[in-house]
Amino acid sequence: MESLINLGSRTLGKASALGRAFLMLMGAIVARPQPLKNTPLVINQIYVVGVQSLLIILVSGLFIGMVMGLQGYTILVSYGAEGSLGPMVALSLLRELGPVVTALLFAGRAGSALTAEIGLMKATEQLSSLEMMAVDPLRRIVAPRFWAGMISMPLLAIIFSAVGILGGHLVGVDWLGVDSGTYWSVMQATVDFDKDIMNGVIKSILFAMVCTWIAIFKGYDAIPTSEGISKATTQTVVYSSLAVLGLDFVLTALMFGIE
Amino acid sequence: MGNLVEIDNLTFYRGERVIYDNISLTIEKGKTTAIMGPSGIGKTTLLRLIGGQLRPDSGDIRFKGESIPAMNRRTLFKARRQMSMLFQSGALFTDMTVFDNVAFPLREHTKLSEDLIRTMVLMKLQAVGLRGAADLMPSELSGGMARRAALARAISLDPDLIMYDEPFAGQDPISMGVLVKLIKGLNDALNLTSVVVTHDVTEVMTIADYIYILAEQRIIGEGTPEQIRQSESPLVQQFLQGQADGPVPFHFPAQSLENALLGGA
Repeated sequence: MESLINLGSRTLGKASALGRAFLMLMGAIVARPQPLKNTPLVINQIYVVGVQSLLIILVSGLFIGMVMGLQGYTILVSYGAEGSLGPMVALSLLRELGPVVTALLFAGRAGSALTAEIGLMKATEQLSSLEMMAVDPLRRIVAPRFWAGMISMPLLAIIFSAVGILGGHLVGVDWLGVDSGTYWSVMQATVDFDKDIMNGVIKSILFAMVCTWIAIFKGYDAIPTSEGISKATTQTVVYSSLAVLGLDFVLTALMFGIE
Repeated sequence: MGNLVEIDNLTFYRGERVIYDNISLTIEKGKTTAIMGPSGIGKTTLLRLIGGQLRPDSGDIRFKGESIPAMNRRTLFKARRQMSMLFQSGALFTDMTVFDNVAFPLREHTKLSEDLIRTMVLMKLQAVGLRGAADLMPSELSGGMARRAALARAISLDPDLIMYDEPFAGQDPISMGVLVKLIKGLNDALNLTSVVVTHDVTEVMTIADYIYILAEQRIIGEGTPEQIRQSESPLVQQFLQGQADGPVPFHFPAQSLENALLGGA
């Protein structure tokens, strides 16, 4: 009986949190747009969440591409198919690794920072004082961060894939001796713009929405104590990662599943 | 002069706990009203209720005759431009300089030119004695200076009502004196109405025109500082003189000591 009560109250708690998350997002993005006031705020946030994540994206992309080049070559060469290294690297990155790994890195690098920042603003009464100054914190604080995440992450995913393909070239062609022309031309012949590149971009737009939404909601809804903020930051990374991986399977099934 | 804020039969619960049980009070225009009481009885909650951040379970709060709980978002935000609140922590935006903090409400709510905003901000900072600190970041200020900077921000839109949440808590005697002088000075110079929530008895007795003492979910005493001093209520006297035991008991309610120690139920 006790466990049944617990289950019920936890379910209710989750359901009401989901409701609050929807209301927050609606309050933040469904509003009279004020481009003059908001554009500088969004640009500022793109710098914080996007530009400052560039380094980790570039380095990870390069190394993942290099590993793919190495692993792909050792497997393909035993079938004499090392000419297919280019499309293998490109397709894995564009379809899966680019969007997914970018989202995971983004959740760890930028999502956790967003949660901690908004949570601390709440704890130090900055959000309350905005409200008392008749400024809606949803529009002033939450909305610019949401849009910055939505704009930054797909761009970061594209950069990730591009750098990864160069990393594959570095190992496969420059080191292991696959022909450079083959690497590029087979890739060009195989990769389809709509099916592969656009589907990857669509994935990363959805991941961007999920990750940023979780990050800002966890900060906005955090219990305003040091313990509450630390818990919220952890939850941001855990929930974002799980959501991205789960969503990725669903999207892959829809996009590349049996037709 | 009339009343700026009127609270009628207000009842407020936090979860199961009663915070206020049917209290009524008025805040007269142009005066400094102090709300005192022991910590933890929800004095800050009262300010949040006036500001419309919380809604009462029953009763009414009127600001300039308009009911705050009945307002929709738009009218509430309009009303809030005429009131401001000084938070205990100051709540300055940590990513902006003092100047930008004070300019923030002006930039958000007016279409004034940057030149004019600069003049106004410097005047407000001059009033609190921090013009020289305009370019510092909030993290570089001392606690008292941060509160003065927050005060400059709170008066930047020339509000009608300003609410101070524990303005003296954790201040050294000098900054306390400065704040007392500022609260009184601003109230008179800008024709403000001030509400000061505090438990610092001596400071508040010197600046308040009217005092309410809250305890045990209700108002236990009210009057001018002189009337409060003369009060015969033992509760009020315990609070004023800081006696450890009295009507507000020293012990948190519990079963008797004998029972607890001897394990009897």
